[in-house]
Amino acid sequence: MAGDALTSGEYIKHHLTNLTFGQHPDGSWGIAHSAAEAKEMGFWAIHVDTMFWSIGLAVLFLYFFSKAAKTATQGVPGGLQNFVEWIVEFIDTSVRGSFSARNSLVAPLALTIFVWIFLQNLMDLVPVDVIPELAKLLGIHYMKVVPSTDPNATFGMAIGVFLLVLFYSIKIKGVGGFAGELTLQPFSSTNPVVNLLFIPVNFILEFVSLIAKPISLALRLFGNMYAGEMIFILIAIMYNAGLILGLFGGVLQLGWAIFHILIITLQAFIFMTLTIVYLDMAHHEH
Amino acid sequence: MNINLTLIGQLLSFAVFVWFTMKYVWTPIMGALETRKKEIADGLAAAERGQHEQELAKERAKDVLHEAKAQAAEIVAQAQKRAAEIVDESKDTARVEGDRILTAAQSEIEQEANRAREQLREKVGMLAVAGAEKILKKEISADAHQDIVAALAEEI
Repeated sequence: MAGDALTSGEYIKHHLTNLTFGQHPDGSWGIAHSAAEAKEMGFWAIHVDTMFWSIGLAVLFLYFFSKAAKTATQGVPGGLQNFVEWIVEFIDTSVRGSFSARNSLVAPLALTIFVWIFLQNLMDLVPVDVIPELAKLLGIHYMKVVPSTDPNATFGMAIGVFLLVLFYSIKIKGVGGFAGELTLQPFSSTNPVVNLLFIPVNFILEFVSLIAKPISLALRLFGNMYAGEMIFILIAIMYNAGLILGLFGGVLQLGWAIFHILIITLQAFIFMTLTIVYLDMAHHEH
Repeated sequence: MNINLTLIGQLLSFAVFVWFTMKYVWTPIMGALETRKKEIADGLAAAERGQHEQELAKERAKDVLHEAKAQAAEIVAQAQKRAAEIVDESKDTARVEGDRILTAAQSEIEQEANRAREQLREKVGMLAVAGAEKILKKEISADAHQDIVAALAEEI
């Protein structure tokens, strides 16, 4: 457990605080030393741990995949190539299954989302104290290792997907077509005056459903991962409550981790599938 | 759990990663997969073509075999015919040769017989002269009685 002097509340709070770099209220730049200090930095601060782990994992993913791609032969594939091809074919099948238009961006996008989110979520299976304690030895006091428990990371991806949805909606249907989609349905009438009255109603409904896409994408992933992380932290607290409870906590952690393997894969898959579906909807007239 | 600059950072790095995946991961791997798919399809097609060709070749081989058998039979028949002819020819030759040899032998025999007869005649003539000498107890000149001896020899 991180520091015997901490109470359970402090322990949890410590685990949920990002390593934040930003401008202190007094004008100097530096690392925030507490959660409150991080909050005071406002928007112009950056979560160093989230950036480090997410980019590190993505670099790892891209390194191995591009290595496999570079040496990819049409002959008998080796171990790494086989594994990469297996994932690529899985993604390709998913994309072909739910995306009917032609767009060469969607499949690589889906692959990036799936593997990246999976790797980010996978960090959840590392026991909660291991990396923060190692970081403490290096003099870093806050370390949140699961990037997908940071809403910035999930919203970053979701907004990226949302921008693509907007871009392709306008590109395929035109500004008028996209605006029409937002204002002329679900309610419509043959009477022009009534139709005009329907426009604000339709817009409110459609705009909400449009905005709900990125928000639900981001919050679903964030919520699942945050809750999972929280349970790991709560289980970790049990280790401090005596031998029996500690052993019980060990069993719980193992059980939750095994169950979590399902969740992290499922969340990565859901994010990817919904991205494909949203982009498919952007490519089709209603 | 504050929303801050990290959001923009994540958004930008996400864009970069998607671009990288598209350019350096997805395209080459899909290319390799497509090439392999095509190669396998080509291989299967080639195998099928090969099988078909093999069947054709089998058929052709059967035909060739048939033809060869027929030809062989023909050749054998011709050879037999030729052999019979040769035998006949040699029989004829042998007969002619035999006849020739026989004729030569006969003429030789005749010549020998003639010669022997001549010699015998002479001897008999001489014997007759000798006999006459003995009878007459007097020498008879062979030269003087040449004509008699010759006449005798003629008669024998």
